[in-house]
Amino acid sequence: MTAQTQSRTGISAKLAAIALSAFIGLAIVTLAGHVQTAALHDAAHDSRHAMGFPCH
Amino acid sequence: MFTRILVSALFAGFLTGLIAALLQLVFVQPVLLHAELYESGTLNHFGDGGGGAAAVPGVDLERDGLSVLFTTLTYTGYAFLLVAAMALAEDRGVRIAVRQGLVWGVAGFLAVQLAPALGAPPELPGSAAAEIGPRQIWWFGTVGATAAGLALIAFGRGWALRGVAALLLLAPHVIGAPHPDEFIGPAPPELASLFAARALGTGLAAWSLLGLLAAYFWQRESKRAEGMVRAA
Repeated sequence: MTAQTQSRTGISAKLAAIALSAFIGLAIVTLAGHVQTAALHDAAHDSRHAMGFPCH
Repeated sequence: MFTRILVSALFAGFLTGLIAALLQLVFVQPVLLHAELYESGTLNHFGDGGGGAAAVPGVDLERDGLSVLFTTLTYTGYAFLLVAAMALAEDRGVRIAVRQGLVWGVAGFLAVQLAPALGAPPELPGSAAAEIGPRQIWWFGTVGATAAGLALIAFGRGWALRGVAALLLLAPHVIGAPHPDEFIGPAPPELASLFAARALGTGLAAWSLLGLLAAYFWQRESKRAEGMVRAA
């Protein structure tokens, strides 16, 4: 019973770590590639074009 | 688990980003700068006297530095997503050797760069384009549907799932990307096609490297974690 509870905690901790990592990745890509604030857009302009993001 | 993903993603993403930025500066940026001369009206490809004789600007430390920063940032973001997917797969019993990283990387390229490019090719400054909002929505939808479709083909069992995978891969292109009402961009089509091809080529190189490095660092961090458990 205890072992089962522990392994269940282990699995959900793993999934939480994976979900958090995916969220961080998505946030970075959205920030660097998509957010249209003028300062961000101008700074990231060339790299956005070169990586095929919709830019203007 | 989280530390392993964090360390692997940071190393793989940062290294890949630096190399990708270098490739972009050498192969993609000159085409972009050339096109900007048409966008600004310095050059004109209609009629006489519009030749490509004007000098294309060279290295601009501030501008190119920002490009290096944002390319590195973007690939670090992709690395987090890729390593998270690898961790999920390995948790389900899929073994990821360094060689397999190549397949993961190419699959990432298909989802994030090639599939969106089929409807919205990497665009030169000065190209005519539809509203930005709907294009971004289409981009996210296409990347998500393609990634899900590829994952179903790789890990799904049975023909029903493969059918769903085919639908997911096709749907974004049947729906179609938003296009402008008319094409009036000042950039020459020759430069636009060269730009799209170069952007995709450097993308494929970078994603292949990202896959290999992500698998390498993920394996290395996993072994280190196992070693620590054994030592304890």
